[in-house]
Amino acid sequence: MAVNLNNSNVATRENRIGSITGYIGSLSDLASQSECGTLKGCSRCFSQSSTCLSSCALGQLSAIRDVAIIHHGPAGCSVLSANAYYLDKVMAKKRGVTNDTVYVGTDMNENDTIFGSTESLRSIIIEVNRRYSPKAIFVTSSCATGIIGEDIDSVVDDVRDEVNVPIAAVHCEGFKSRIWATGFDIADHAVLSSIVQPPRENVKSNKINFKNFYESARPEIIEMFRQFDLEPVFLYCNSTVEELSHISESAATTCICGTLGNYLGNVLEEKYGVPYVRSINQCGITGFETWLRSIGMATGRSEKIEKYIEEQRAVYMPQIEEVKKELKGLRAVIGMGPGYTFEVSRVLNELGIEVVWALAWHYDKKYENGDVPPSMKYLLDNDIDFEASVADQQNFEVMNILHKYQPDLYLSRHPGSTVWAIKNGTPAVYVADEYMIFGYKHTLEFAYAILNSIRNRSFEQNLAKRVKLPYTDWWYKQDVGTFLEEAK
Amino acid sequence: MAKLLDKQRYKCALGAMQTVQAITRAIPILHSGPGCAQKLSDSTGGSGYFSPNIFPCTSINEKDVVFGGVKKLHSTIDNALKVIDADLYVVLTGCIPEIVGDDTQEVVSEFDRISQQERFEEAGGDPGKFVYKPLIYASTAGFKGNNYKGHEQIIDAITDQYLKRSDDRQKGLVNIWADVPYQDLFWLGNIRELEKLLSEIGLIPNTIFGYNRGIENIDKIPHAEFNLLVSPWVSVRNMKKMEKKLGIPYLHYPTLPIGAYETSKFLREVGAFAGVDEQKIQKVIEEHENYYYYLIERYADLFLENRVINKEFSVIADAQYALGITKFLANDLGLIPAKQFITDDTPKEYQAAVREEFKKLNYGLQADAVFETDSYRIHNEIREHDYHGYPLILGSYYEKELTESLKGNYLNIAWPVQDKVVFDDFYAGYTGGIRLIEDIYTVAVQRFN
Repeated sequence: MAVNLNNSNVATRENRIGSITGYIGSLSDLASQSECGTLKGCSRCFSQSSTCLSSCALGQLSAIRDVAIIHHGPAGCSVLSANAYYLDKVMAKKRGVTNDTVYVGTDMNENDTIFGSTESLRSIIIEVNRRYSPKAIFVTSSCATGIIGEDIDSVVDDVRDEVNVPIAAVHCEGFKSRIWATGFDIADHAVLSSIVQPPRENVKSNKINFKNFYESARPEIIEMFRQFDLEPVFLYCNSTVEELSHISESAATTCICGTLGNYLGNVLEEKYGVPYVRSINQCGITGFETWLRSIGMATGRSEKIEKYIEEQRAVYMPQIEEVKKELKGLRAVIGMGPGYTFEVSRVLNELGIEVVWALAWHYDKKYENGDVPPSMKYLLDNDIDFEASVADQQNFEVMNILHKYQPDLYLSRHPGSTVWAIKNGTPAVYVADEYMIFGYKHTLEFAYAILNSIRNRSFEQNLAKRVKLPYTDWWYKQDVGTFLEEAK
Repeated sequence: MAKLLDKQRYKCALGAMQTVQAITRAIPILHSGPGCAQKLSDSTGGSGYFSPNIFPCTSINEKDVVFGGVKKLHSTIDNALKVIDADLYVVLTGCIPEIVGDDTQEVVSEFDRISQQERFEEAGGDPGKFVYKPLIYASTAGFKGNNYKGHEQIIDAITDQYLKRSDDRQKGLVNIWADVPYQDLFWLGNIRELEKLLSEIGLIPNTIFGYNRGIENIDKIPHAEFNLLVSPWVSVRNMKKMEKKLGIPYLHYPTLPIGAYETSKFLREVGAFAGVDEQKIQKVIEEHENYYYYLIERYADLFLENRVINKEFSVIADAQYALGITKFLANDLGLIPAKQFITDDTPKEYQAAVREEFKKLNYGLQADAVFETDSYRIHNEIREHDYHGYPLILGSYYEKELTESLKGNYLNIAWPVQDKVVFDDFYAGYTGGIRLIEDIYTVAVQRFN
């Protein structure tokens, strides 16, 4: 992958790594088509709303401590600021730190769409800098500013000397990619191009960059890595600009979700030689062990890691084996981002649960280094195959599948999705916390979360009995791929 | 002109999708980018019969920006009618189609009653079984204004494109209009309480939002004797339009009645407008006030003998709550208004009238109310104001940390809300006043001094 950190624009996932949002078939077909290069995503002539890439990009950036986000667009675009404010406050409080990040909008109106508003934007940047003295500033566009051609790059260049802190233009037009995960890359690109410095000379670091979302397992991961003489640097929630400026010096980069971390990991490796751990992720037993061993190899700590694995296995494996007996034979449908779908499929297989259909909200044909995603390779190498589709959270397709398969369980990772399954009468497990299946301890908890969801089905049965679903009978009789069209 | 929107307290016009969502079995069809619905939805209380993540959406991409998105809009509407079981479909346009100039009206007109019937029969449908699916559209590009204005766009769209004038008026039938669903945390409970109050004085309320209301209530609108608008400014223009097009007169009651003083005044005014017998109204008022003051009497010790609720307060909210709560705390509880902040970007033409309302308080008290959307300035003013004791701050989540730093008492009553879960609780009416007192003193009792 060739990156150009001097250009503020990041190519979309569609263009960079052949990502798609429309496909129906099987896992093995998806993989073989990816490998031989024949995979073409479909578009839809009917779709339901999904997610804006700016939510991913700015959700990431606004979690950094004491920075400013200036979202140039109408008030609906910057509405993310309300949630960012809340998250910043509660996440900092939990950590025992403070976070004075500010996220403002520019409340663009109709006149601005005709006459432009770069002058106003310029003075807003200066005023935000005066009010809050942020440690870095991200100036971001929206669909409206993108279409009318507001030149935010020039504004940013123009004020750079005056604000005297790292400042970056962040291109977040929602229409430019159907893959909201492009927003993660956009955030990484902004951090890499404006904050991250080349490694200082003679700095030997035992730090390991750990890209995650909301660091709920932070204390236990710090404790675990301490045993390997490694110190995790969690990104970006509660990160400081100072910390970020030195992530190029770390001994390795790893992440909780390949979709979230692959841009940062690859660029740090390519540009600064920081090894990027590209194993399957930490979900489940095999995932956790494979990941730890990969870290051991990348940082020369294999011996300590083997010892840890042995100790932990002794504690947890008997308990996991015990609960597996009660899960055996269950049938599940799952719908998640590709960074989790194929990982969680592996864990379900480990637990003896059959995946009958897996939906990935998008699919990256190849990772930045050109390989098929490791989680998928693992499944195929182990002869695990199932029906699979790629749909950007198209709920009507999920409901069609649940209706036809009537699985014992639906697992999803995105807000607003599990409720529909339970209205169908299907127990649902909301795999929201990225550490919900992390390592032995959380895999055990995850197994119990599933078991407890199916042991008491009162809530979904009570509700399902009393609600009418909003989809027509006509739709339930259609093929799930009715609205897919060959990409032109 | 673009301005610094620091700690924003409203969304954009497309936020009106929540107004549509509040009409049971009405669904928005968004001609917008893929993520607008998710951004504009609130994370809780959104999973009803329809939820934002199932709103049909054209999910405009780069190609549509260049070549226009009308074809995609057409297929999205066409299939939405097939896939989704709704009573009313409302096409909402976002920023992109309005900048690139998609003719949404033209596309929507291709789904009028006649075209729908033709399509149905062409597909081999039995003409006797044809059911028309009403489809209207509203221009709600984000840059056209905020969600208060977007809300008005929806009601105007219903009036312009769906409702027809009727000479058949039902005696005592009153359409009630209040503030913006979802933006107003208490929208459902409030409008039910207003309905209840009108029923008690013998009127027949008609509202279109929430449980068991919907297209049938929309159909009733033209048969009402009058419209009752309970809001400082939102929907004034809707009332004018309905008056002109449907011949329905309106009563504009600018203050959300909270507590005994304002609610009794409200009932008298509505009753007088509707020609209800004064004695009947008096009887209803007395019953309510007796119970209300039975409760107040029991808890008067709490009001007088606590060490933390000071007399001076500020409300930071939209015009509806800033005004309603100011009047309640002043006229019912005897508190003194410090500066009040109106954060909904009230249009200039309504500001003077709204400001006047803040001057109509008991004992000649006048509240100083400012229209301000820049929270940095609001917070500075609160910090610099001497409340002569612990400040009582009722506002959005943004005021939580600020109030803590001032050792004040804080209640989250305005969007954004993180400190409270509300299903159908309300502050309107006599009961609503008691609920607000309960909430304030629930905060107060958590500390000693």
